[in-house]
Amino acid sequence: MAILIDESKRVCIQGITGREGQARAKLMVGYGTKVVAGVTPGKAGESVEGVPVFESVADAMTHSRVEAGGDLDISVVLVPARFVKSAAIEAIEAGVRLLVLVPDRVPVWDAMEIAAAGRAHGASFVGPNTLGVISPGRGVVGMIGGRAESARSWFRPGGVGVISRSGGMSSSTAYYLGKAGIGCSTIVHVGGDSVLGVRIPDAALMFEKDPQTEAIVIFGEIGGSMEEDLAGLMREGRVTKPVVAYIGGKAAREGTRFSHAGAIIEGGKGTHAGKVEALREAGATVVESFGDLPEAVLAVVGTPPQTE
Amino acid sequence: MARLHEFEGKRLLSGRGLEVPRGSIACSPDEAEAAAIALGGACVVKVQAWTTGRKALGGVALVETAREARHAAARMLGMQVGNFAVDRVLVEERVEIARELFVSMYIDDAARAPRILLSLSGGSGVEARGDAAMRLECDPLDGVNEAELAGVLRRSDLSEPEREAVAEAVRQVFAVARAHEARSVEINPLAILRDGRVVAADCRVTIDDYAVFRHPDLGIEIARELDHPPTVLERIAYRVEQADHRGTFYFAQLNTKPEIGSKGLVGFHGAGGGGSMMSMDAITNAGFTIANFCDTSGNPSAAKVYRAARIILSQPGLCGYFGSGSGVASQEQFWSAYGLAKAFWELNLDIPVVIRLGGNAEDRAVEILESVGATVPATIEGYRKDDPPRKIADRFAALVAGSVRGEWRSRRARVPAFVGSARSYAINGGTVWLDEASCDAEATAMVVRHGAGLFDSREGRPALAVGEDELRSKDSELIACEVECRRGGRPVVFVELEIEGLD
Repeated sequence: MAILIDESKRVCIQGITGREGQARAKLMVGYGTKVVAGVTPGKAGESVEGVPVFESVADAMTHSRVEAGGDLDISVVLVPARFVKSAAIEAIEAGVRLLVLVPDRVPVWDAMEIAAAGRAHGASFVGPNTLGVISPGRGVVGMIGGRAESARSWFRPGGVGVISRSGGMSSSTAYYLGKAGIGCSTIVHVGGDSVLGVRIPDAALMFEKDPQTEAIVIFGEIGGSMEEDLAGLMREGRVTKPVVAYIGGKAAREGTRFSHAGAIIEGGKGTHAGKVEALREAGATVVESFGDLPEAVLAVVGTPPQTE
Repeated sequence: MARLHEFEGKRLLSGRGLEVPRGSIACSPDEAEAAAIALGGACVVKVQAWTTGRKALGGVALVETAREARHAAARMLGMQVGNFAVDRVLVEERVEIARELFVSMYIDDAARAPRILLSLSGGSGVEARGDAAMRLECDPLDGVNEAELAGVLRRSDLSEPEREAVAEAVRQVFAVARAHEARSVEINPLAILRDGRVVAADCRVTIDDYAVFRHPDLGIEIARELDHPPTVLERIAYRVEQADHRGTFYFAQLNTKPEIGSKGLVGFHGAGGGGSMMSMDAITNAGFTIANFCDTSGNPSAAKVYRAARIILSQPGLCGYFGSGSGVASQEQFWSAYGLAKAFWELNLDIPVVIRLGGNAEDRAVEILESVGATVPATIEGYRKDDPPRKIADRFAALVAGSVRGEWRSRRARVPAFVGSARSYAINGGTVWLDEASCDAEATAMVVRHGAGLFDSREGRPALAVGEDELRSKDSELIACEVECRRGGRPVVFVELEIEGLD
């Protein structure tokens, strides 16, 4: 199984002819993701990494139906931040059900408009400011791993679902788990912003339903309420699989934003201590040092699950 | 800062039709007195500072005469509120408040939508009295849910005209938030006056950092959340970030002295938001105080990393330089290594350096970084993805403990003698110098080999192989060429990069 992305999903890349688009297309195609179309207005007819480029998402959708046997499932948006809103809404209106919004610095009111359009059309999105999602051995959307050969050597398939608020740390978490013999079902970077499409609790609910996933690992951060909301789901019995978490930002202080737009303690809310306490009370294992994660995961899943 | 002062927020509110007390801003006792005279003498004087509980700090004065307003302003100006010095006071008409309400717009991350928080019994501590406050749904485009708003007001003890006025105020708060892309707008109190008027007696507005570029009219100089006014270095860093959008560069100064019992003050250079935070925690857990938070990531140019290192090393008193990110970076790590290598050589670094460059091309990155150790007094160690943060933090502690040199003294960067006289080309943000006179066959071959196709050999000397226009954006490649030629023992290339405000 796995969640969000696997080898069967038909993927489109908006902004495929740009610097980022070309580089990420290479990764996605090289890793085996079924990339069926790209979109860049004014560049229809070109191709990138063997992927045909279309004028609009609607044209890409038609191509997917005719040539790839069905609708586009996912669109990866790789356009400059200020154009993300219109690109995302175009994809939603064309019938794409899941977007991956990679760019950093998307204005928060744009993100809320995208969310409103998603609610109206039954679409959801990962990001903004996400490195993407990878299901080891199955497919990748976004830029996790950077290069296909790195992604193949760093991440191994298995039974742990990883959810991270940090792009680099999603790779890092999965890599260190792999070194300890623990494979991953899917690694989800939910994004560093304050308003996100798929939030930590949403991804946890998906992992709860995924038969491949036995345990959930969280890389959390100060600020916002996603970790507390996950604790709420655990208390309600809606997330029952074991949760192991690390929360970054213990040394951070109130009123200063630490890189990610979402990583700020305001009005005494979203503190490190508050998140750790909420998760522990709900039954999660929370490690104090990032390096202790693999051991703590082994303690809950037992011997490394058999993979491959 | 993307936070607005009370008087700035009030301007936005009155621009949307929400009434605010009459008043004006004063930067001196004279101005305060004049403002009070215009209001008829009796007035309120309020410090303009980002804090809650101004009253308790003596930051709000009710005065009867212009003379008293002058004295109040003289006392307040220069006051220290938290980390901020008060440089402005707001002189306002005194209003006769019959009832205080609370209204705010905030962004609900779980709902991914704006919300209005309305309480019919405002005043301080409203957030804590959660039961009395009502949360109203909003659509980001259409605004507050009118049916819900009407229902809430109908069930209240407000009179009909008051209900209409409060409903209008709620719409205006949303309109201000929407128009200026605020992350929050808080009116506390929204005052119903004895004469029936509804006014915003106080307000706090925070604009979304990422939207500041669309609102130049707000005059926000630095769109960063900090708990202190931006320092000189933070301003310099912010300009660097704005001038070069290749990757992220985030810099905030946290401490100028080590905390009591600390092993020392560390120049911190992270990569990636989460990786930086995790690494900051690791070095703090190892007993150090970090001077600054810094994050260069998202495939930053070598020039950006170089400038970040120069800014970090403008902080005196450092016991060492510690860098670490997620450890498994998707980006090609050698570009960062080139930027660091250049900065460390220029500053003739003499404090210990430990940097984890794990990720794509990490072996090459570590080799480049460590090669600088041969040309400067400092011990420079690079680490890879298989070296956990705690291990490198412990290694850093050992190097600092064994260091015989003192604390870092910030200094001017050195430049080779040929800078100023050799052949030069203009590039974005600086100049590249080529010491042709020292270019024999070996040096020329080196420049060509490491020049990423920018140079070829003509008559035994390096010559430009591309147009001067194309060269302009090749700062990272040129930095790589400079560092490689120095490593090879033929330092004939130098990239002079400007850092506005630092030199």
